Parts: sequence; structure tokens; C-alpha cells
Amino acid sequence: MSDDLRIKEIGMERSRVEGALKVTGRAPYAMEHGAGHGVQEPLHAFLVGSTVSRGRVLAVHADEVRGSEDVVAVLDHTNAPRLADTDDEEYAVLQDDEVHFRGQVVALVLATTSEAAREGARRVRVEYAAEPGEHVFDEDSEGDEPEKLNAGLPPSGSTGEPDLALASATHVLDETYRTPYMHNNPMEPHATTALWDLGPDGAELRCFDSTQAAHSVRSTLARLFGIEAGRVHVEASHVGGGFGSKGLPHAHNVVAVLAARSQPGRWVRLAVTRQQMFALTGYRTATISRFRLGAGPDGVLGVISHDVVEQTSRCKEFAEQTVAPTRHVYAAPNRRTSTRLVRLDVAVPSWMRAPGEMPGSFAQEAAMDELADLVGLDPIELRRRNEPEADPETGKSFGDRRLLECFDRGAERFGWSERGPARSRLEGDWYVGLGTAASVYPAYTQPGNQARVLAEPGGYRVEIGAVDIGTGARTVLRQIAADALDVDLDAIDLRLGSSDLPIASVAGGSSGTSSWGWAIVAASRTFRAQHGTSPEPGDESVAGPPKKPVDEDYALHSFGAQFVEARVNRFTGEVRVPRMLGVFSVGRVVNPKLARSQLVGGMTMGLSTALFEESWRDPRFGHVVTDDLATYHVATHADVRDIEAAWLDESDHRANPMGLRGIGEIGITGAGAAVASAVTNATGVRQRSIPVTPDKALGWE
Amino acid sequence: MPRISLTVDGSPVSGDVDVRATLLDALRERFDVTTPKKGCDHGQCGACTVLLDGRRHLTCLSLAVAHDGAEVVTAAGLGEGDELHPVAQAFLDHDGLQCGYCTPGQVCSAVGMLAEADGTPSHATDDLEAETELTDEEIRERMSGNLCRCGAYPGILAAIKEVAR
Ligand code: FES
Ligand code: FES
Repeated sequence: MSDDLRIKEIGMERSRVEGALKVTGRAPYAMEHGAGHGVQEPLHAFLVGSTVSRGRVLAVHADEVRGSEDVVAVLDHTNAPRLADTDDEEYAVLQDDEVHFRGQVVALVLATTSEAAREGARRVRVEYAAEPGEHVFDEDSEGDEPEKLNAGLPPSGSTGEPDLALASATHVLDETYRTPYMHNNPMEPHATTALWDLGPDGAELRCFDSTQAAHSVRSTLARLFGIEAGRVHVEASHVGGGFGSKGLPHAHNVVAVLAARSQPGRWVRLAVTRQQMFALTGYRTATISRFRLGAGPDGVLGVISHDVVEQTSRCKEFAEQTVAPTRHVYAAPNRRTSTRLVRLDVAVPSWMRAPGEMPGSFAQEAAMDELADLVGLDPIELRRRNEPEADPETGKSFGDRRLLECFDRGAERFGWSERGPARSRLEGDWYVGLGTAASVYPAYTQPGNQARVLAEPGGYRVEIGAVDIGTGARTVLRQIAADALDVDLDAIDLRLGSSDLPIASVAGGSSGTSSWGWAIVAASRTFRAQHGTSPEPGDESVAGPPKKPVDEDYALHSFGAQFVEARVNRFTGEVRVPRMLGVFSVGRVVNPKLARSQLVGGMTMGLSTALFEESWRDPRFGHVVTDDLATYHVATHADVRDIEAAWLDESDHRANPMGLRGIGEIGITGAGAAVASAVTNATGVRQRSIPVTPDKALGWE
Repeated sequence: MPRISLTVDGSPVSGDVDVRATLLDALRERFDVTTPKKGCDHGQCGACTVLLDGRRHLTCLSLAVAHDGAEVVTAAGLGEGDELHPVAQAFLDHDGLQCGYCTPGQVCSAVGMLAEADGTPSHATDDLEAETELTDEEIRERMSGNLCRCGAYPGILAAIKEVAR
């Protein structure tokens, strides 16, 4: 990264470019494209979900529905268009009679109004040959070792002699830490508006989709429907959050296009209902982590061992990388990680904000908190004594690792020195405690991104097929483009949100700004090399970063330290969090105003998972019974008090030309453990699982 | 199908609506008014909040036919011409939004809440006799029907406080 990038717009507080559209409700989301966007008289689709978890569909009785007013069609596995590729069971919707989980799409009603579609779906009668399914995952589940974890990581690994080291350690901690099923629940339900257009030179597929990755929706649909990718056009101009659940296409994408395919020339709108989202759009698996730590008298770790059991759907494997943070945060000569995966007849899990890193760091940080107690050390001091010189997993340098600085800054700002022994502070009816935990997230840059720079009269149009799901991409990429082209912000017209723009990777893995920003920097440099500083309107260049963008010599990670004050009512066990502070080391911050929102948003979701979030399954069918926002509780205004995010002033030139490492996910990692640590300090009852409900807080569980 | 007429953001609209249609679906699908959002369809998230005859209202919880003649103001109709409403402007200034999907509901709810806070106590009010003051606690309590999964709550609070001042 030799060529220095101008740093002038980068680092400035800027309001969201599309902010005025959003505060007035005028920004169009996937279901909101009407005649103005060419969507005339759309048909409405409503899904029918299976009521058994395993078996076969014997018959779909829909004659009466077909004959009713306003209903246009009813699709099931006998009459839906055939896909070109049915290898992926999640995507092979309505292709055969097999049922893999309760809530799987078994039919769909298309009507001219949404009321008729919904009513029709209610009246479709499905007959099944049900088979007994397996739905329960708990400490008795065995599972097997998956080949790979998400992100391509190995499921297990071992260095040194972990068993011997445990046997000879002065302090041994051997405990189990749990995280529950969680659902992403972005505020905008997943939705697709699709048209199968029979043009004179063949079919074209057009979609307005609520996705984090327009290009991957395009390539997936092209493969499934057997048409060229160039004939698929996916637009996602505004997306109402995703948190991973819109990172990959899900069944609804396919079924919406099946419906459109069955009615060529007519637009079809499909929105997944909030309840259906709990079965169809991914979720985070529950995890059970056995943590064994062995330390010397001074608290210096000799061994870290982490054995995870988690679950997936029998019809499609997704293995959360819960062991990932264990490999990179603390030093110990002897180490072991292992993962076992239990396959059940349940919905397909997928990405949720910081997959693996979030539940894994909960387990590790809660274990470190507990070890600090065992050894009799301050939790920050314990971490200081176990700070590694290099990445424990690979031996590579971290480049910049400033975790301890985050702890020290945070401790001072938060008033950590006021923390007393467990259950030592009672104010009125409330026990008060302070807690802390480390945050960690790898710095990813995705390969294969491209951007286009086009000279226009008076400025530049900069295009990339990325998606702004609320991260602020529209705003920060514009700032990066201004610096890359060395022009004023006003001279940049930044376009994104469509698969017709140059290829871009997913808004996920905290990799958006680094990957897309780098492509914009590369395209700008190419543009200047090809067209100079006074180009003619119409001059353009398309380019991307080098093939292997990441510097393989380093183990680049972001770090942070979170601090929480918890108050627990001594009679009711109600937990309140009046103060929360995160200090992060994330490389350069492009736009402090929007970065603060991202980090605070991540911490807020972390607080929410720490106190409330848990999807409850019916053991008989494996579906989620808390399948709405009244029973799956997410943090509200009243739950969120003083949440503050701060960061170190830095730039990581090893990561990318902008010097940034991504901020979308680190805020949720460590937040749960910091809350658990604070509640433990308040009540003296050790917290080893989230959510920390009132019964657990007071130890009545 | 019965015919209803509404005033939406100052303009009259009318048309036939299904008796089963919620006010939210009638606005979004029949009258092409997509400013109120659908987050849950069950009165649990607040994304569909509008001002109905001056008070905040969850449009997914009411039937369109029950509101013939009503005056609906959505987030798009709050400002004067091209000027943003002060609450909307404050949301922008304090970055009280990320994905923006909850935002029109939050903005309408905030405007309605400020008008309601006329001394009526809430769950967060300590002294039921005294004049209620719009403390942080009161604002959070009164806004808790509007969920924001992006976690823009601190920015929203700051925005409302600025306007309330
Ligand atoms: S859509 Fe009306 S409250 Fe959620
Ligand atoms: S801004 Fe995304 S849900 Fe509130």
C-alpha cells in the first residue's frame, strides 16, 4: 500500500446522504416499488408453511382456493416451474414432496390483492405423511465433527499437550457456557418484487430485493433458474437492515421467482411475514461451550481448551465458527478447540451478526471473568498477563494489537476502580455491579470487487454494486471516492444498490467498506493513470484491488473493551443497564458520526441478546413458538440508557489503502459477557449463560 | 367493496377497499402511500405509525373501512414544502437512524408524543400529581412502542430532546 491516499474527506463527520429520504419515509424498500418504477398491478404472493417437521406432502387441496375471486394461481410441488439446480435443499423449493422442517414452504397462493392471497393461503389444505423428527439439542446431544466451519475455518485444532497442562495447573476452571437460539429480526421483513420478462431475445429476470448482496442474489438465481447472470437484474436501493439474515439468498427469493416464472410478464410481490421469518430466513444456533482453562499461581494461562456443541438443519449444513475467537485472543502454550454439530429436522441456521465470534467470545470472556475470580485477580489484570506476542493460532504478527490500551482507556473513563467485590453494593432495592469483557473481530477483505469511475460534466460518477443496509455505505464510499480522486465531495455522484453496477461482495463480515472502498481507490487510480486529471466527460475506468488483497503476513483483527454497569433488583431480579462503554481499536474511522451509530448499534444488539433474546422451540415440531416481536423481545428505547462508543485514533496501513478494519460486528462481541460479568459482580451469582433473565440474575434458576 | 375517502398528507384519496384490508395495507397497496412501513403487522413494532386525526396510531391494527373520512399524516407530510419537519431534521442531525425502516414511524411517534406530553403521566412518572417534565426517562418510556433493530435509540433520544427544548 505504497501510494498514499489523500486523507481529507475520510475522517469527517457527514450526515447520511440518503437521510432526508429516510426521515420522510420516501426511500423505497423492496416492496415499495410501484408504477413509478415500472411495477404495474403486481400480483401478491402468500406462502403456506408445512405443519409437520419431517415427511412427505401427499396432497395439496386447493381447488376451492383456485376458484375463488381474485386468486390467480396456487403453486405446489406438482405444478411449480422446475429449477435447473436442486442441489441446495434450502433453495429447492416446491421441487419435490419432501418436508425437512416445520414452516418449510409447501405451497404459495398468488392473487390480485394481498387480502385474497392471504385468505387463500389460510384455506389451502395440505395432507402429509408425517415421520418422527428430531428437534432437541441439549447437553446430551452427541453430533459429529463437520468438515469445515463457516468462513472455511477448521472445526478443531490442538497444540501442545492440553490434557497434561490441565492436570498440572494450579488453577483449573472447567465450566459450561451457553448461548440460546437467536433471530436476526431486521425491521424490514425479507421481501422480493420480481418480474419474469419474456423479451424478444429471451427471458430477463428483474427483482427488487431486500438483500445485503445484490450480486450474490443475481448469481444464485441465474444458476437456479438456468439463465445467464447478465439477464438477471437485482436492485436493492434501500434495505431495512439485515444483520446477516439477508447476506445469503433464502427460500423466499427462489419462491418469488418461481411465482413470477409461472406468470411471465407480471410483477409479483412477496413479503415474508414476521412469523415466517423465524422459519425461513436464518437464525443463530444455540451453542454449548465447555471451557477449560489452566493457569499458574500468577494467573498466566498454560492451557485453553474449548469444546463446542451446536446444531444445524439436517437438510443444509451451517456450522457456526464458535471456536474462532478462542484461537486468537489469549496466549497459552497448550491449546485445543473442537466442534461437534448436531443435525436436526429444523429450520436452516445462517449468518447472524458476528457468527461464531459473538457466542464464542461470550463463552471465552465469561470464562476469563470467572478465572479472574478463581485466581483472585482483577479481570483486566488477568487479561494483561495473558496478552500474546503474536497470533496464538498462526504465529503471525497482529500488526497493531491494542487491546490493552482499549481496556486501560475504558477503565479510566468508566471509573473501573470503583468496582468492589461481588455483592458489595446495594443502593435501595438494587444491587449494583461493574463488568468488562474483550471484543474481537477479524479484519476481512473480500476478493473480486470492482468499481467504475466515469467523468461527467463537473464531476465524477462512481459506481459499485454494493448495498447500503443502513451501514452508511452511500455516505462513506463517497468520502473515500472524493479522497481517491482528490476532488471535493460535491464532485462525486456515488451509485450503488444494483447488480447492474460493477461486481461487489456482500455487506457482511464487516468487510463492506474495506472491500468496496479499496475497489473505488483502485478504480480511481486506474482512472487517473488512463485519463489524467482533466478528463473528458465520458472517460471511464473499471478496476479493482489486486487478486489477493489481504496481506498474508499478518493476522489482522480489530479489538475492543466493553464496560457495563448493571443494577439488579434484589426482590424481582430485574436487570437494568444504566451505563455501557465500548473502546475499540478498528483502524481508521471514515465517518465518526456514522461509525458511532454502527458501534453503538452493535453494542445495543449485544445488550439485547444479553438480557432478552431467546427463541423458544416446541420440542415436538422444532419450530419457534416465540415467533413475533411481542414474544421475541428485542431491546426498546426504555432498555437502552447511556451507551457510548469510543475508539483509538489510528490507521492500519496493513489492512487496505484506507487504513480501516471494519466496524459492523465488533460491537456485539463481548457485550453479552460484559453484562454477565457486571451482573455477577452485582449479585454474586455467577452468570454462565445469556440471556441473563431475572431468575438467573438472582440464582433462582 | 366499500369505498373510502381519506386525506393523506393534505391530499384527498379515495377508492374501493377490501373489508379485510388494514389501514396500513390500504395506504401501501391501494393508495401507493409507502411512507408507513410494515415491520410486524401485529402492533408490536411501531413501524406503521402515522398521525391519525392528530394522534399517533398503528395503522396495521385498524381496518381501513373503519376510518372513512380520516385525516392521515405520515412522515412525508410533516414538513412544510421541501423543508424537513424539525423532528425529522433533528433525526438527521443526530443520526437517529441507520437502515431507515423504523424511522418514519419513529418520527411520527415523536411528533405525536411531544403533542401528548401535556402533563399526562406515564409509567415512568414518579409524581402523578405534579406537572410531568419531559425527562430522558419519560421520552424513552413514551417512545418504547417503536422498535429500532439498528439501535439508533441514543440518536433518537438526542433528536427529540433537542426539539422538546
Ligand atoms: S407494523 Fe404496525 S406495529 Fe409493526
Ligand atoms: S434505523 Fe434500522 S430499524 Fe431503526
